Parts: sequence; C-alpha cells; structure tokens
Amino acid sequence: MSFAGRSASVEFRSVSRQYGRVVAVNDVSFTIRSGTLATLLGPSGCGKTTTLRMIAGLEVPSAGRILIGGEDVTTLPPMQRDVSMVFQSYALFPHMTVLENVAYGLAGSGETRPQQEERARQGLALVGLSGFERRMPSELSGGQQQRVAVARALVLEPRVLLFDEPLSNLDAKLRRRMREEIRDLQQGLGLTSVYVTHDQEEALAVSDTIIVMDQACIAQIGTPWELYRRPASAFVADFIGGANLLPCEVTQIADGVATVQVGPVRVQVEASENAMPGTAKLVVRPGAVAFMTGVEALSGLSALPAEIRKATYLGSHWEYTLATDLGEVFVTQSSEAGYPPGTSVLLALERRGLALVSV
Amino acid sequence: MRTPFTAVLAAGWLGFALLPWYMLEDGLLAFSWLGAYPDRDTAPALVQGLAHGRWWLLPPVAALLVPLIAARRPRGDRLAGTMMAAAGLFGLAWLLAQGFVIGARGWTQPWLTEAFGRIQARQFGMGWGALLTAAACLYVFTTGLARRGTMRGDAFVTGAIGTVIASILLFVFYPVSKVLLAAAVDEAGGFSTAELAARLTTGNIWGLACLGGRAQCGVLWNSLALAVTTGVLTTLLGLAFALLAERTGFGRRGKGVLKALTVLPVITPPFVIGLGIILIFGRNGTVTLLMEQAFGIPPSRWVYGFTGLVIVQVLAFTPIAYLVLVGVVQGMSPTLEEAAQMLRASRWRSFRTVTWPLMRPGLANAFLIGFVESLADFGNPLVLGGNFEVLSTQIFYAVVGGQTDPGRASALAIVLLCLTLGAFVVQRRWLGSRSYTTLSGKGDAGLPTPLPRRVRWLVYGSTVPWMAFTVALYALVLFGGFVRTFGIDNTLTLEHYATAFGIVWDAEGLQWTGRAWPSFFTTIELSAIAAPLTAAIGLLTAYLLNRQRFAGQGAFEFVTMLSFAIPGTVIGVSYILAFNVPPIELTGTGLILVICFVFRNMPVSIRAGIAAMTQIDKSLDECSLTLRHGSFATVRRVILPLLRPAVVASLVYSFVRAITSVSAVIFLVSAQYNLATAYIVGRVEVSDFGVAIAYSSALIVFMTAGVALIQLLVGERRLGRRNGAAPLAQRSVAA
Repeated sequence: MSFAGRSASVEFRSVSRQYGRVVAVNDVSFTIRSGTLATLLGPSGCGKTTTLRMIAGLEVPSAGRILIGGEDVTTLPPMQRDVSMVFQSYALFPHMTVLENVAYGLAGSGETRPQQEERARQGLALVGLSGFERRMPSELSGGQQQRVAVARALVLEPRVLLFDEPLSNLDAKLRRRMREEIRDLQQGLGLTSVYVTHDQEEALAVSDTIIVMDQACIAQIGTPWELYRRPASAFVADFIGGANLLPCEVTQIADGVATVQVGPVRVQVEASENAMPGTAKLVVRPGAVAFMTGVEALSGLSALPAEIRKATYLGSHWEYTLATDLGEVFVTQSSEAGYPPGTSVLLALERRGLALVSV
Repeated sequence: MRTPFTAVLAAGWLGFALLPWYMLEDGLLAFSWLGAYPDRDTAPALVQGLAHGRWWLLPPVAALLVPLIAARRPRGDRLAGTMMAAAGLFGLAWLLAQGFVIGARGWTQPWLTEAFGRIQARQFGMGWGALLTAAACLYVFTTGLARRGTMRGDAFVTGAIGTVIASILLFVFYPVSKVLLAAAVDEAGGFSTAELAARLTTGNIWGLACLGGRAQCGVLWNSLALAVTTGVLTTLLGLAFALLAERTGFGRRGKGVLKALTVLPVITPPFVIGLGIILIFGRNGTVTLLMEQAFGIPPSRWVYGFTGLVIVQVLAFTPIAYLVLVGVVQGMSPTLEEAAQMLRASRWRSFRTVTWPLMRPGLANAFLIGFVESLADFGNPLVLGGNFEVLSTQIFYAVVGGQTDPGRASALAIVLLCLTLGAFVVQRRWLGSRSYTTLSGKGDAGLPTPLPRRVRWLVYGSTVPWMAFTVALYALVLFGGFVRTFGIDNTLTLEHYATAFGIVWDAEGLQWTGRAWPSFFTTIELSAIAAPLTAAIGLLTAYLLNRQRFAGQGAFEFVTMLSFAIPGTVIGVSYILAFNVPPIELTGTGLILVICFVFRNMPVSIRAGIAAMTQIDKSLDECSLTLRHGSFATVRRVILPLLRPAVVASLVYSFVRAITSVSAVIFLVSAQYNLATAYIVGRVEVSDFGVAIAYSSALIVFMTAGVALIQLLVGERRLGRRNGAAPLAQRSVAA
C-alpha cells in the first residue's frame, strides 16, 4: 500500500460554520501540507470536531471554501471527497465481521469480491490483526476495535485520513502505544492526516503541525516546538505544557532578546517578532524554576522570594504550590528530597522555560 | 449518484415521449390502448403537444433538457445545480397548473373563460406518462438542490425529502383542503361564505334542545359527551391495568394475558366489539334473555345509544390507554418513592404526593388519545348508535344517505377535524413541554413500592371483571358464527361459514362459491400491496427526521404526524372530493384504497422507525458516508439490517391495520374493489348478523395466525444472529 502519489493537501479559506446563532467555527483559514500530520487541539466546544467534520463532508460550511489537493470540495458529498475517517466510537458495524467491516468501503471500487477481501486482509495485516477476519466487532478488545477502525480507513488509500479523538476510549497505557503506532503508520505511508484531540501531550507526541483552537477561532498554528517555546497567547501557553503567567515589564528589546523586569528579578527572554516594550506577561514553565539556597542567592543572581504552601510527592517528582508577591506559582522539582510547607525559598527562573506573551 | 439520476431522467423521457399522457380506460397493462396509439386519448405529451394541438403539455420538457446540459459541467459546480433546480421546479409547477386549469370541460375556473374565451381543449385524468414526467421534474429539482450543496450535496436525501413532502401535499393536504372548500360551495357551484357560515352554525350541529326536553341535542354535543366520557373511563381503566401489570403480583405472573390485551384491538375490526355487545345486551342478547327469564324484565333497546357506545368504546380503547400508561408507570423511578418513604411518608401519602403527580402528564396524554379515538370512531356508532347521532356517522350519511349533500358532509368534517386537531395540538404543545422525565441515565437499584391497600383493591376490583367481560365477549363473537340465529335459534350450524367461505370442487376445478371470497381476496391483495409501501415511506420519513437536519424540520415532523389526527371519515370524504375529477381521477380504483391505507398508517411506521433508529449510533452512518457509500447505500447496508425488527413490526402493523380499517375506506370501495370490513358492515346493516360474525371471526383468526407467524419468524432470526448484533436487535424490538 502506498500513498506517496495520492496524499493531498487540505486548505481552509475563511471557513465559518453557524448553527442558528451559535458560531461553531469562525473564519478559520489554514493549510495542511501533503503527507504531514496536523492536529486540531483545543478544549471541548472550541470547534475542532466541527472543523474535522467539514473536511470529511459531514458538515457543510456556512461560508468559505475548502480545498483538498487544490480542488474545491466545499459542496461535494462525503463519498466523492476521497477522505476517510476514524471515529471516536470506532463506529464498527455490529452486524458485520471484521473482514466485512474493513472491506466495506471497497464495495464501489470496481474490484472483484476476492480482490476486495485480499486488500482488506492486507489492511488488517498492516495493523497487526491477521487472523481476526471472522470475528464480530463485539468479540474484540477496545484496542483491537481501534485497529480495525484504522485498517478500515486505510484500505481505501484516501487522500486524507481523519482521526476524531481516536484514543479517548482507551486506557492510558494503551493510548501511548496506539498513538505511536498511528504515527509510525502515518509516516511510513506518507499519509496526510488530520487528528483531533483535547489532550495536549498526545498532540505534541504525534504532530508535524498543531492547530490550536479556542472559542471557534484559531489561537495559533505551529510545530510542537514553536507552540511550546513561542506561545502566541496566554491561552496557548497555559493549554500547552501548563504555565505560570506573571505580570512583567519589557524594558528593552535587542537582537531578538528582550530584557524583562518581573518583580525584583531581571531576566532575558527570546522575544517574538511582534514583541514591544511595555507591560506583558511572562510565561514560566513549572519545570524550569530552580530552588536556591541562601548562599547561591547571595552570589548576585536575582531571584524571586517565595513560601511553600503545598507540597505533593508523586514518585518521579515533587509538585509545589508557592506564594510570591506576584501571585501563586506552580513548580515541579525532580529532586528526591522535598521541602515541607512553610519553607521560604528563592526561585531562579531558567531562560529555557520562559516566554513572553502580550497581556 | 449519477447512475440513479440517469435512470430517473430516462424514466422522465419515457413518460414524456412514449407513454400515454392521460389515464386509460382499461389501465396501462391491458395494452388495449396500443391499437389506437397515438391518438388524442393515448398519445404521449410530446405527440399531444406537436400533433394534437395540446401545446400546453410541452413546456415541462425544459426540466428534462436542462440536466443534459448540466451534466457537462464539472462536479461541485453551483450554477449547474441552480439551473437544474429552477428547471425542475418550473416543470413541476407548470405540469400541475395546466392540470388544474384545463379540465374535462375546458377551463375549470369561470374567470379564465372570461379572460381567454372558451377553449376547445378538454383533458381527463393524468396517467402514467404524466406521473413519470412529474416524478422526473421533482427529482431534477431535488438533484439540482443537492448539486448546489443542500443537505451536504446528498441527492438521495434531497430526493427523499422531496418525495415525502410531495406525497403528503398531494394525498393529505390537497384532499383536506378540498373538504374545506367544498363546505363553502353553494348549490349553484359558486363560492359563498354565507353558505359556509350557515352550514357551520346549523342547529343540527350545535343545538342544545336536549337540555330542555326530549329532543335530540346537536350532533357535536353528542360526540363531545361520548368522547369525554370514553376518554375519562379508558384513562382510569388503562391506569388500573398499568398498575396491575407493574405494581402487583399479578403483573409478574399474568404477563401473557396483558400482552394479549394489547394485541387484541390491533387485530379486531372496529365494529366487532359492537357486534359482541349486541350479542350480549341486544334484544336477543344472552343477558337480556336471562334477565327476562329470571326477573321478568322486558327486552329493550337501551344498548343502542350513548350507554352502549360508552361500553363499546371503553372496551375498544382501554388497551391503547394501557399502552401509554404502562410506559409512564415503568418510567417512574422507584428511587423517588423510596426517597419519599425514607422521609417518613406512609405508602398512601407517597402514592398521593409523589407517584400520582408524576403520572399526571401521562394521564392527560392517555385521556387525549382516548378522546380522539372516540371522536374518530366510526364502526361502532354505525353498528350501535341507534338514534344517537355522532359526527363521524353523520358525515357518512351525508355522503351515501338518501340526500347526498357534500356541503353538509364537508361542514361536519371541518367540525370533527377541528376537534381532533385541537386535541392533537394540545397534546404536542402543552404536554410536550410538561412531561416529567423520571428516567435518568443512572441505574436505579430501587424496588417498585407495592401499592397501598385501598389502591390495590381498586385495581383488582376494576380490572378483573373487565378482563372477564372481554374474554366473554370474544368467546361469544366466535361462538355466534356457529349458531343459526343467535339468541332465538341456538342450533349449532356451519351455514354462515358455508355462505361466506364455501368452496366447491367440481368438473371445472376449484370454485370459490362463498360470497365473502371476492372481498376477502381484494382485502388481502390491497393490504399486501399497501404494507410494504407504508413501511417504506414511514421508515424513510423516520430516517429523515432522525438522521438529517434541515430547515423547517419541526414543521415537517408536525405535518407527517398530522394525518394521525385526521379522522378516517374525513379522509374518506376528502378523497372522494379530491380524486373524483381531473387531473387526478382515482375513485373506483384499487389504487385509491392503497393510497388511503398508506397515508392513514404511515405515522405508526414513522414512530416505530424513529424509536428504533434512536438506538443506532449516528457515527455508524457517518462512518459509512466517509467510506465511499452514499446515503442510499448507507441506508441499505447499515441502517436497514440493524433496523430489521422495526421493519417487520411496521410491515405487520400496516398490513393488519389495512385489513381492519373501515372508516375511510367505506367511502372508497366500489363494486370491483370491495373490502372485507365494508362487506361486513353491509351485512350488519341488513341484520344478517350470522354471516357478519362468521366473517369477523375468520378475520380475527386469520390475523392472529399472521401476527403469530411473523413474531415466530422475527424471533428465529434474532436467535440465528451472531452475538455481536443480538443486544442491539433486542433493544430495538423492545423499543
């Protein structure tokens, strides 16, 4: 099975979708390059699933154009779009065997019955389910059902493969394994894929590009690295990786580096292109804050005084909630020894975990 | 998508250019028309227009030409879709307009004659050619809409919506509006609002004379009094049965009896219970004779009238109230009652303060259903009404009686329709927002609270005698067919069955000599044709309502359910008025009976379909759509297989209902197409009870066997399924 020649790009041009007065998707534009995996990420109700369903043709935009491989498909019904989809509930047909399920989409392909079954078998082999052809869907485990759903979508060799929160019904361990399998398959086959999830870790793990959505609009588009290191807004910073947002003053910008005054501390942060001197918010990642003893503090490094309010031991690391003059700060520490609540510490902000966003 | 549309277009061309446009004397399949083809009566539209001077038949060709041009445009092209939609709509509108404007005697409207002068043209009912052309125009229109992106560009869905709307407009709305118009037509044939007002306010309908003395009240008050009494009594009795089934020891042991109780009214022709009552309380009835022998009470005709009708209708409609209320009682979470008892309420107090208020919307619903059923009932008042006149029988006599008066029939029909529609609207608007949902998604572990003692005795005291009465009634009906003259000469005999169902084997082979055979065979044939059509259009409508979202859906649903609220007599009158003249002439054919069956029974099919489809995850069809299957293939390969129990249920139901219906079809039967129920009513009218009862029992036995057979088949199929589908199938059966 090869998708090299078939994978197509997906382009949205100012697409909106309204239900009565409710705007589910508001003026969204993006392009997903052929052969890459893009994730639609956002909290529930942000419009990501509606966006995905519009690519599939299950919803028609109220305004705007959708192009697949450069062709305008806005008004085409799903069956003419050459797109297939893996559903959140898997949607395996309960009255058909696994093989019938996988071969279902090939019915109109013009191939003979044995050819269709052969292709379905190949699809099942691809997801490691050879030998399960005669089973009914209800006789499979959740992970196996998931694979059948993927195989069923893959055998059509679609131009675009869509995933609607495909892993949300699996347990944490299986979820990690399945997402790696999906990523391997996608990269191995060079398949354009669009993946909806509300789990930021899953998005970071599988994506070439992440499209973060919030309240029917696109909040930011970028690679996982860009989103984490250069969040465009407080929402993105908080949604991806978690963040403490501290009020700060940008005093100077030079050579792409901003000098920032946050409370008593002066730090240097990589500045985004549109950063301006003035009031801003400093994004401080929980894992990029170091506790300092009094001696280190005296060495001239500037540090933020804080008092531990809550300390939780989680095996691999500690989580602390600290009170500072700038508000509460959430910090993780990987050291084995912990500090009890009430301890006063000094916080050093490490440059690798800092970013600037506008207020 | 292209292939089915090509077929539709080909059919359109076939209808337009080849098949006879007008209705043929002997029907299309007789082929007797081939000899004269293509003369003025048998020519297709194309020839009519070019050679016979009927130029007005030509313009719809636009709807057949535009798609040929549009087919060359690339897919996704909106302009082509717009062109097709416009052409299709134009073709359809033109086709209908010319049919209604030029009738059998030239212009149908006086003002047209004034404007354009007399026209030589005359035309008769539309035939196959017109039907195919009209259908093609409709689908060109809907396919055009789909190409513009309506309904996600799905031509099957737009076509289905178009089909359902067009057929409901044609076979429900159009005839009913004819009734409304007919009430305003005066003797001379012109419109007269004064005439309408006079007919609607006549003392015959509204009179209150009975309050003062012995004179008859207006027929409206009779109907209302009967309907309210029946509604109240059926609701109370239905509630008693529901409590019996769900909250007493009897319910657990006697499930079979209660199930039979719910099946009986479906398989019983509506007037059979009236017949049974006559056998018990009539002048020669069992009880009447007993009373005379024991106490010297002389036989009287008390049963013919209000009292008798109340007994009959309560017998007939209690099962429906039971079905509604058993759901209400089941749906009530036991936890609520347990909670009330934990709050120190006695059993009686928790019944009075929690159980009863929670059931109130359900009770109102059951009352409205009983009310409407009683208003619409026709068979029983006909058999048992005596001098007590109700709206439905008055409508009948105004059409077939000594003085035929369509205006009066229409006015009565309007009054009846207003009452039933009023009840229907109240039920939908008022109760729809008021039902207390007591079923929660959480599993309820609580046990149903046993009834307080006084309620329990009330329940037993009312239901047990009533069940005994019902059993006795059916036993008597079955028995009554085997005696010479019931009550007078109780010698056992088979003569009634011989008269009705005699078979002779002689030199010429098998002879169906029984007088009932022709109507029996016609009934079976027409019902068998109607059942699959009913199921198909009902389930299609259910699919549209449950699976698709479109503008005006609420109104669409309301309209499809509306035909439920139109009494059969009103439908009967309206069909006579609407389909007796061109452009659509159907009276006297079997087709009009089939159409009547389909649109009378469709709502039940819709409900069954919606209930079953709600159980099927919507992502299954969406998934199929993304797997290169159109909506039609999805329906066929995914939804229908999962829906099989609902399909069977609605097939059986529409088949049986078609056999037992009487109110609408009694207007529409003809010598050639007589139906079993109409035949029996005819026997009753001439007091030939023996044959009527024998025929009725034969029908009941036949349908019991049919229903049992189907249930057996469905049951077996479920067993034969693999585990995967079984739970789903069972659930949809339960629904």
